[in-house]
Formats: sequence, structure tokens, C-alpha cells
Amino acid sequence: MLYFANWKITLICAVCALGVLFTLPNLVSPATLATLPSFVPHKQVSLGLDLRGGSYLLLQVDFAAAERERLNGFVDSVRNALRDAHIGYTGLGVEGEAITFTLRDPGQADEARKALDKIDPELVLAISPAGAATMRFNQSASDTRRRQAVEQSIEIIRRRVDETGTKEPSIQSQGKDRILVQLPGIDNPEHVKALLGRTAKLTFQLVDTAVTLDDARRGRLPPGDEILPAQEGHNRGGPPAYVVKKRVMVGGDTLVDAQATFQNNEPVVSFRFDSVGAKRFGDATRENVGKPFAIVLDNKVISAPVIREAIPGGSGIISGSFTVQSASDLALLLRAGALPAPITILEERTVGPDLGADSIHDGTVACVVGVILVIVFMVLFYGLFGIFADIALFFNLCLMLAALSLLGATLTLPGIAGIALTLGMAVDANVLIYERIREEVRSGRSMLSSLEAGFTRAFGTILDSHVTTLVAGILLYIFGSGPVKGFAVTLSIGVLTSLFSAILVTRLLIVSWLRRWKPREIPL
Amino acid sequence: MRPLIVIRRTPTIDFMRWHRLGMAFSALLGVASIVLFLAIGLNYGIDFKGGMLIEARVTGGPADLAAMRAKIDALKIGEASLQGFGSPSDVLIRLPQQPGGDKGQEKAIAEVKSALGPGIDYRRVEVVGPSVGAELIRAGVWATVLALAAIMVYIWFRFEWQFGVGATISTIHDVVTTVGLFAIFRLEFNLTTLAAILTIAGYSINDTVVIYDRVRESMRKHRSMGLRELINLALNETLSRTILTVSTVALAVLSLFFFGGEVLKGFSIAMLWGIVVGTYSSLFIAAPLLYYIQPNRRAIARDSERGAAAPERASR
Repeated sequence: MLYFANWKITLICAVCALGVLFTLPNLVSPATLATLPSFVPHKQVSLGLDLRGGSYLLLQVDFAAAERERLNGFVDSVRNALRDAHIGYTGLGVEGEAITFTLRDPGQADEARKALDKIDPELVLAISPAGAATMRFNQSASDTRRRQAVEQSIEIIRRRVDETGTKEPSIQSQGKDRILVQLPGIDNPEHVKALLGRTAKLTFQLVDTAVTLDDARRGRLPPGDEILPAQEGHNRGGPPAYVVKKRVMVGGDTLVDAQATFQNNEPVVSFRFDSVGAKRFGDATRENVGKPFAIVLDNKVISAPVIREAIPGGSGIISGSFTVQSASDLALLLRAGALPAPITILEERTVGPDLGADSIHDGTVACVVGVILVIVFMVLFYGLFGIFADIALFFNLCLMLAALSLLGATLTLPGIAGIALTLGMAVDANVLIYERIREEVRSGRSMLSSLEAGFTRAFGTILDSHVTTLVAGILLYIFGSGPVKGFAVTLSIGVLTSLFSAILVTRLLIVSWLRRWKPREIPL
Repeated sequence: MRPLIVIRRTPTIDFMRWHRLGMAFSALLGVASIVLFLAIGLNYGIDFKGGMLIEARVTGGPADLAAMRAKIDALKIGEASLQGFGSPSDVLIRLPQQPGGDKGQEKAIAEVKSALGPGIDYRRVEVVGPSVGAELIRAGVWATVLALAAIMVYIWFRFEWQFGVGATISTIHDVVTTVGLFAIFRLEFNLTTLAAILTIAGYSINDTVVIYDRVRESMRKHRSMGLRELINLALNETLSRTILTVSTVALAVLSLFFFGGEVLKGFSIAMLWGIVVGTYSSLFIAAPLLYYIQPNRRAIARDSERGAAAPERASR
């Protein structure tokens, strides 16, 4: 044990030196770091949102709502198909995750199957002997769409976030249908949240002028029509709701550009369609001159202007009592595209930059005070060997910071607590070894064999105690979220580095001391 | 350079004499903790029960809690709790979960912000919807249970199963009484507290393992010594280590408590308690339990003959 091969000494020294080297970038500011030559390591510990300030948002993609809407879209086709095949039915509608209806004559089941077969290959029809029919999406198609919806949502959220000018956002999927958005250092989280939460589905639909709103509300809603409320704050002086055709003239998915601009000194949003959208919009306006059409955003009518003439150019303007802010927000949303499914914010944690800075300060002070106390304590109780342990502690701290920097792990406030705690626990290995050496000396062993036995016998105990802490750390990492994960990371890294520093570094120091000074007894 | 403070002699404290008292006391503490937990429950933070938390700093001057409370109460969004937080200009506002599922929460925050008006710096805003809170509780319970199970399996692997049982009982004791501490003092129980509890479990096991290791070693060395004397010997021989390690960890945690800021207070309190109770349980629960579970000494002795050279090899 007291013999160290040269290559081992070199290796231990190299690891320590690298630890110090990779810790150094953390001592200078990022601005200074950028001016240094490229051979200097540049990686710094990345700070969690609770330390640098920013917003953490956990979003849920409401896929079920999107599926319901898709099913609603098929209801008309089902109605037409059944009517064309002269099949009697009652109670056609969407319930849960299925289109449901009941056949008047259960004997027509086969005809119904044939009639409905062509609507969509993804819809699976089931008819009970009593004539109750359900049509639902088959599972694998539904799963594929769910995955696509999440991916697409991430892409659109990224575009929206980028447009707000947030630097280094992190947007990633979590679990089956969740998206984790981390926005460091944003000034106005409310605004970003409002932008993220909106589906921004834009459609142009004809207003049905054949029926009044009151009649429609009293239950005389023509098939193929729907009642949509007016957007609050817009459309001043207009009716509270509109009866519109469900069929969409043109959808927002064909937009290629949208900009906030002014018309008659009022903020408006100008837009441009792609060629397909332009043609559809041109045809629809030509056929419906003199009729009003509704501009619908997320199922609310922004405005319902009357078509004065055909609009063939593929561009137009949305007006409707916008403010400068709301016009530019809408333009941004239209440019970024509509979310495939509505989004709900499940969890939000926002930390202001001041609090982050205060936390860094407090955490650092706590660590420094803790380390100084432990250092003094070790010297008081172990003298020279205490100094050896303190040197090992220093390298332990460096190795932890270096590992955090290199792994790109995120340091959070609980993570700083983890560092303070591991430093307190790291010297436990030294304490175990030194106490053991003392015992061996007391039992009358020679100096060298006491040292030898101290390290050897304490090793098993140290290993056991480190493994158990590591188990707790790993489970915390798996089950914890956000800041707690940060704690788990520093705790686990600290356990590993302290195993190295407390055993190998301390031992090397003691061995070197033995060789250099040739002492006759152990100063313990 | 010699140390200034040295414990020269191995003490001869009769720990086993006190173990009945210790066990009775712990049983009482444990039962009381469980009863408290079931009767009045924990003061769950928003991490677990959902709701909102706002840390606000009034710019230029101390915060007028009464006026702020009046403004928030006027919104009729449930019972808000306001309290000072660190400096006199800092206020911590807690709001209960709002109706309307996950969507309802966001609206309430906006209302509070507009009601309180300008001149306030929002240092921290946390909103946890009802669905996430339930998941976090589940994940937390799983983490604790799995940690205990994994540690027990490891100990069983390294020692005889009797040691695993003893270590697990004493660790459960530590976890349960920490929960009891949080129940009786109504300290906020949140994700950081949960992290503290898992760390306590790790620390407590750590402490127990050191003592068990020594018990096992003594069993091999003194094959004819009675179990009672043997446990006493092991405890006394490791006592100085126990004291020194508790001290260094306590120093680290105390500096977190005094300098680490308000956010880490709950964590530090839990850790501090955990260190004390973890050490106590190793001495008065875990070690004496061995006396009752009676590890198979012959098997341990056999192990030592087979694996006598193993530790030597391991260290090279």
C-alpha cells in the first residue's frame, strides 16, 4: 500500500492538475473568457434557472382535444355518407374519443360499413348487434399522430420563442405528451407565456346570413353551421357572436408571411398566402362578393368584413381593434404557425435575475464558510495529517467543479447545498482512515504497518458508505425534477470525486511525506 | 505538526445499558410521528399540493403586509398567506390552488400582479398545477421507498441479512421522525425537503455501516466474546470517528443554515435533524438491534477465512 508505482503517481497528479485546469474558467467572467486563446479550456459550469434567473415551464399538449376536433371534422362526412346510402340513424355526434350514432335498423349494419368504409382508413367502425355504432381512430395511427403533434408543437414553440429574442432557450419533450421549456433571463415571462399558450389557429369562414343569431341559438342551427363568439376586445360595436359555415374557406396553414402594420392609423396585420391558399382565397372571394366572411382565430371571430370584390393577389389585411402589441403578437403567431393541439401550462417556475444573483452569493458564502470550518477542524484534530486531508479536500472541490463543467451539468441552488454537504462528508473517509491508524498505533504496531493497516481496513467501510450515498443520489436524479436533479448531480459527483481524493490523494501525500522526511513516528 | 485535540483512550461507555431506553424513546417518537402525520398531516408546499407562490420585493421601503393582503383578499381567490421573508421589504405570498384545473392557475397570478400594482419586483413566481403535484408526490414516495430497498439489498449483499434488517429499521426510524418533525412544527414540506430526507437516509446508513463493519470485524477477532460486549466494544472503538464526522457534516450544514439564504432553510433544518437523529439511531437502535436479530456468527467467521486476503488485494 505504501508503494506507489511511478505511473500511478503521474496519473494521480495529472487528474488533480486537470481538475484545477478545468475549474479555472469558472473563476473568470464569460466576457474575459472569450478573449483568451483557444487552448485554454472554456467550459464553465452552467447555472440553473434558479441561479441565473429565468422561466421554467412545463407544458402539456392536449392531444385529446385535437383528436376530438378531428373527429368533429369527420361528422359531416359520416352524415353525408349515411344519407347518400339511405341509412336511417339517430344521435350522431362525438363522445369521448369516438364518433357515435345508432342505426334505426340494426339490419343495415353491413350497408353502413360499406358506406363509411371510404371516409378515412384510420377510422375503425364497430357496430353492436343493437345497432349502436362507434368510429374511433386506430391506436397506432393515433400514437403516430401524438408523436408528430408533440414534435410539431416543439418546433412551433421554438419559432415563437426565437421570435421573442430569448437567448439560449431549451425546449424538449418530456414523457409522452409534455414539453419542457426553459427560458433563461427573460424580462417578461407573462408575455412569453401568453404567446406560448395560444394555439393560433387561423381560419377564414363564410358567415351564414340566411339565419339570425337568435334563431340559431334557439335551436334552429342549420346543419354545417356553428356559432362562434366574437373575440373580446375586438370587433367593437359588432354582435357578440356569429353564425358561420363550418367549412373552412382558407386556413392559416397556407400563410407564408404576416406582419404588423398600420392602416388608417390603426394597427392591423397584413398577411400573404402561398399559391394554393391564394387561389382558394381568390376563388372563394369571387364567388361570395357582397357577403361577409369571418376571420376566426382559435374559434373566436376577430372581425367579419364584407367581401367587396374578388381578392386574387393572395394577400390581405386583418383589422379589428388591435393595439400595436396585439397586432405584432398576432403577426408573430401567424408566422410561427398554429399548434397542432392546444397547450396547457402545468407548472411554472420563474426566478428574477436579482434573486438568482443573491442565491449564488449566499450559496457561495455558505460553501466557503463551511469549507473553512471543516479545514480548521481537521487541522485541530489531526495536525499535519489534517492538512493532508485539507489538500485532498481542495482537489476534491476542483474535481467536482471540473466534472460539472465538462459534463455540462446544471448547477442549481440545491446543487450548491449538495457541494457544501459532500465537502462535509468527504472528510469522513479521512477521519475513518486516521482513526484506524491511531487504533493500530495504540495496539502496538509499527509506524509503517499502522499506516498500511489504516488505509487497508478503512477501505471496505469507505466503499460501503459511499455506495449507499450514491444509491440515494442516483434515485434522486431519476425521480427528482428541476433543482432537485441538480442536487442529485452534485451529490453523486461529489461521492465519486471524494473516493478518489480522500483515498488516493491523501495516501500519495502521506507516502511522499514518508519518503521525503523519513519520520520516526506518526503525528496523530 | 501534531493535532491539538486528541482522544487518547478508547472510551468504555456501556451503550447497551441504555438501549432499552433508547428503543422505547424511539418507538414513542416513531409512533407519535406517524400519528401526527395521519392526524394533522404535513404542511405541503406548492410542489405537492399545487398552488402558487410569489416572492415579491417592494422597491423602496418595507412591505406593508396588511395593505397587500387586503388587495389580494379583494380578488376573492381563496385564502392567501403573506409572510415576511428575510429582509423587511421581501414578502412571500402563497395562494391556494384555483378552480379550473391547470388553466385556472395562470389567470390568478395575472390578477394578483395587477392588483398589487407597480413598485414591486417579482423575484420568484412558482405555479404548480394540480396534475403535476400529484405526480411529484408519487415520484417522491417511490424514490424514498426504492432508496431504502436498494440500500437494504446492498447491505444484505455485503453483510448478513440480519444487518440489512437492522440498518433498514434504523433508517426508516430516521425518515419517519424527520417527517414527524415537519408535521409538528408545520415546516413546509417541498421537493427540497424530500431531497434532504433521501440524503438523511444515505447519511444514516453510512453511519450504521461504519458501526456494523466494526461489529463484524470484532466478531471475527473475538470469537468467544458475548454479543453484548462485542457491540459495546464496536461502538466505543468507532465513537471518536462518529463524533468527528458528525461535527464536520454539522459544520457544513450549519453554514448552509446561517449563510445559505432563505430558500435553503428548510433543507438545512431537515439535514440538521437528520444528522443528530441518524447518529443517535446508529448508536442506540441499529447496533442494539443486532443483539436481538442475532447474526449468524459462524457464517461471518467462515466468510473471513475465505475472504481474508480480499481487502488486501482490493486496496492495491
